[in-house]
Amino acid sequence: MGVFNEAWGWFTTSTNWHGEDGIPHRLLQHIGYTALTVVIAVVIAVPLGLWIGHTGRLRGVAVALTGALRALPTLGLLTLVVLWRGIGLTPPITALVVLAIPPLLAGAYAGIESVDPRTVDAARGMGMTEWQVLARVEVPLGLPLLLGGLRSAVLQVVATATIAAYIGLGGLGRYVIDGVAIRDYPQILGGSLIVVVLALALDGAFALLQRLAPA
Amino acid sequence: MKLTRTLGGLTAAVLALSLAACGGSDPTKSSSGSGGSGSSKSIVVGSAAFGESEILAEIYAQALSAKGIDASTKLDIGAREAYIGAIKDGTIGLVPEYTGNLLTYFDPNATATSPTDVNAALGKAVPSGLKVLDPAPGEDKDSLNVTSDFAQKNGLTSIADLAKVKGLKLAANPEFKTRAYGIPGLEKFYGIKDISFTPINDGGGPATLKALTSGQVDVADIYSTTPSITANNLVTLEDPKSMIAAQNVVPLIRDDADSDKVTQVLNSVSTKLTTDALLELNTAFAADSKPTAKQVASDWLKKNGLA
Repeated sequence: MGVFNEAWGWFTTSTNWHGEDGIPHRLLQHIGYTALTVVIAVVIAVPLGLWIGHTGRLRGVAVALTGALRALPTLGLLTLVVLWRGIGLTPPITALVVLAIPPLLAGAYAGIESVDPRTVDAARGMGMTEWQVLARVEVPLGLPLLLGGLRSAVLQVVATATIAAYIGLGGLGRYVIDGVAIRDYPQILGGSLIVVVLALALDGAFALLQRLAPA
Repeated sequence: MKLTRTLGGLTAAVLALSLAACGGSDPTKSSSGSGGSGSSKSIVVGSAAFGESEILAEIYAQALSAKGIDASTKLDIGAREAYIGAIKDGTIGLVPEYTGNLLTYFDPNATATSPTDVNAALGKAVPSGLKVLDPAPGEDKDSLNVTSDFAQKNGLTSIADLAKVKGLKLAANPEFKTRAYGIPGLEKFYGIKDISFTPINDGGGPATLKALTSGQVDVADIYSTTPSITANNLVTLEDPKSMIAAQNVVPLIRDDADSDKVTQVLNSVSTKLTTDALLELNTAFAADSKPTAKQVASDWLKKNGLA
């Protein structure tokens, strides 16, 4: 248990709470990378997923594509983008967006598909346009699954955003990667624990949100 | 089409890397089936778990065999803790080592950095029953590299010249930030301050190289025997104040495995092992045809008239 005590010592060292390398700054960076990634991934994947779910077109392609994307190793993809674009924010965000797209896409089309076809037919029968059917019937009813996809994407991204530190950016991964480099185990454990707590907190928030969503 | 080809090439590279990492031999088995005695009649040459160490072990073993000394190999043993243990208990009799790292392993408080100081200190630090022979001139160590354009534009040949460059941007592994040969050393030895440091965690690999060649950083820490240095015409900056500790290749051998003849053979090999020779060996090992360490070693020994 020695290393846990030392990690506690790392948390209670006041210099670890200030400046560029301090916990608040690294935490904000980490949340920033996560938020940026999720916003980009939502913009790409959710409209596509809604369209697939609504029209039933390209479903086979979407299933195959999300399966293939899930199999891509994020660190390998990061290196590939670095070789193409150099270091900076683009490589980690690209790699993380690719990670976030499959659960969002799957959540979106599965959410729409889960709506009872009779309900959709009834909506059409009432004279709703296709847009109205999607916006007023399918999206609200498919919301729990849609949110489930978002929850899964956010969790994966927040846990994987540590890779940004691999190529010199900040975030909580800095503690893990710098710690490994100099065998500073309390720092590694401390950094990892913050990632775990952040992930659990976000998951808890989504659990609450999903419960509030109309089922 | 282009993407397909890039991806195909990448897959091939990854496969090749993982194959190279395996080293093609079972680390739990000695290729001769013997081992354990470490007697002067038969020498088991061990190696660490990376390409250069395996090539060097093959070179030692084949050079000894060529002179009629029975030698076998036991490659890819693992990290230093593992193969030092193996040489202490006699499972292996000989292993290629690097002076600076071996010195810090035996004496964690060692401060010597220049090749002569390191060798002298190492001679004293090696535990009884083991000894090091003459070190080779070649070194595999951290080295600071710039592109040839950047070197020309700023008139750089040595680390000391970096003091002229304002707002210096440097990429290296994360530990460079705190190690004596890193940011603190640059200030202490050369008075270089205010460096913008980018930690890239790939040991001077492709991401570090890309950051340097694309001009995102000015200086990159890359191991001195990495083929990418020559492939990209990088300029390795000299280190006149020995900020970076010497890492000459050196044979670490058990007393009971050594003899005058063994010493003579290994010393004649060591004189030929320059940093350029190490670079050449690593480049050959990384070639598209993916030769084995054994093949690379054998070609080099023939070329240098040692086998």
